[in-house]
Amino acid sequence: MARDLSVELAGVRLRNPLVLASGIWGSAAGTLARAARAGAGAVTSKSCSLEPRAGHPNPTVLHWGHGLINAVGLSNPGAAAERDELVHARAEMVGTGAVLIASVFGDTPAAFAEAVGIVAQAGPEIIELNISCPNVQSEFGRPFALEPLAAAQVTEAVRAVYPGPLLVKLSPNATELLAVGRAVAAAGADGLTVGNTLGPGMLIDLEARRPILSNRVGGLSGPALRPVAVRCVYELAAVLELPIIGTGGVASGRDALEMVMAGAAAVGIGSALYDEGDAVFARVLTEMEAWMEREGVASLDEIRGCAHV
Amino acid sequence: MSDAIYRTYRIVERRPEGAVGATLILDGALAAEPGQFVMVWLPGIEERPLAVMDDDPLSMTVRVVGPFTRALAACGPGDRLWVRGPFGRGFPVKGERLLLAGGGSGVASLTLLAKRALAVGAAVRVALGARSSDQLMLPWRFAGLGCELLLATDDGSAGMAGTALDALEPALAAGWPDLVCACGPEVMLRALARRMAGGATPLYLSLERAMKCGFGVCGNCTCGDRLVCRDGPVFPVDEVLCLLEPTLG
Repeated sequence: MARDLSVELAGVRLRNPLVLASGIWGSAAGTLARAARAGAGAVTSKSCSLEPRAGHPNPTVLHWGHGLINAVGLSNPGAAAERDELVHARAEMVGTGAVLIASVFGDTPAAFAEAVGIVAQAGPEIIELNISCPNVQSEFGRPFALEPLAAAQVTEAVRAVYPGPLLVKLSPNATELLAVGRAVAAAGADGLTVGNTLGPGMLIDLEARRPILSNRVGGLSGPALRPVAVRCVYELAAVLELPIIGTGGVASGRDALEMVMAGAAAVGIGSALYDEGDAVFARVLTEMEAWMEREGVASLDEIRGCAHV
Repeated sequence: MSDAIYRTYRIVERRPEGAVGATLILDGALAAEPGQFVMVWLPGIEERPLAVMDDDPLSMTVRVVGPFTRALAACGPGDRLWVRGPFGRGFPVKGERLLLAGGGSGVASLTLLAKRALAVGAAVRVALGARSSDQLMLPWRFAGLGCELLLATDDGSAGMAGTALDALEPALAAGWPDLVCACGPEVMLRALARRMAGGATPLYLSLERAMKCGFGVCGNCTCGDRLVCRDGPVFPVDEVLCLLEPTLG
């Protein structure tokens, strides 16, 4: 018997909880639609800013043995070009049943709001605010997601111009994670994505005798991040009513169910595409269903947050 | 304890390629399929994808187009290179009569295919195109392997006056090849795809894109719904019909 994997996220119904995480596979209409066809319940575009950005020079993305480390540096074509691409993405996604989440970032609350105003013209079902990229600190200063007040200011600025479903992407590196979550919720967020990459970390090449990433440091994702992300989701779900996309190192049905038991409404998948490409979506869904069948669980609502004992 | 991300090699030989670049022959092998690529890092400068020109010893051919390729082409014997890979899906080694078409730095994607095809007894003809004779890359390599060379230059300074497509047209018109493989500027690939559309001869194209990760995660190198680094860089032509659109995907 088929299990009900559909979930509610910020007032939007997803056919299943799996979300292509932002930054994986970029923002091209072709690849977003391909992830949708592969089975994702929602796909998230790569974060875009008001103006185009080149990002950091290579090396920018590396596999280090226990996951990925990256400092791409938020390369993107700018909000206007992004809007046009997302219009194509929505057209190509028709009939897939997947939802489009558009990710936006800025260097000031006003820049966030202006970029959201442009990207929203493409009609994504949900907007996600990336206030937590750890790879542009030398340029932008500390991520907004590390400070409750700064995170709230961004959320408020966007809330004032955008009435639709709004997620805010938090950082596992915030020492005051719960305060940030509360501040963002009070400022009008409809949900949280928890969260961004961990660290930052650094790799040094022995023969070159220098850091490998051109940015020197970069965020960790993949298996090494997962237990941290689960803890972050768990802590936030314990005190907030907002739905959460639990994101960090999920690569199996068990990983996804763990996020749901921690309290996540939906589950992001990103670095796992390194291993098997978009086949990961169908496999994770099959594994989730098999576990639910075995354990007699009819819907994810039955087990959401059940680990809060 | 983890494996090193890069393997380091030293350059054994540097061979100039006309006036436009150089072939670098390294001090070790790296098993690769024809058409695969590696990411080459020059610490303090940059990291870029380069075709595996030969896998034993690992060799690559660089055409100078910017700061990274200028620095790489200036390297010589004893200098170190940092390499990760190989990545991507290469050319199939099949058929008895292979017609290869190369332009620009793309010709380096075809040499290992020629080597493998000749090793299993196939006949290989290679059409190389460039603006002038001093811009041709790797004709010595294809000739040394035993390929039949079909040269074309815009100014007629080597081979016929025209393009690589002009050079291969007689073989194509005669129905000679049972497999056609090409790498070069997309305007050339597009023209070849249009020329062969509707025919029965399989056509494989190797695409070039700016890349970041090289392994199918970052989405920097898309062509339609394909990731050039992981699904390609070699594609059967019907997988990359986006190439045939007026603006590239």
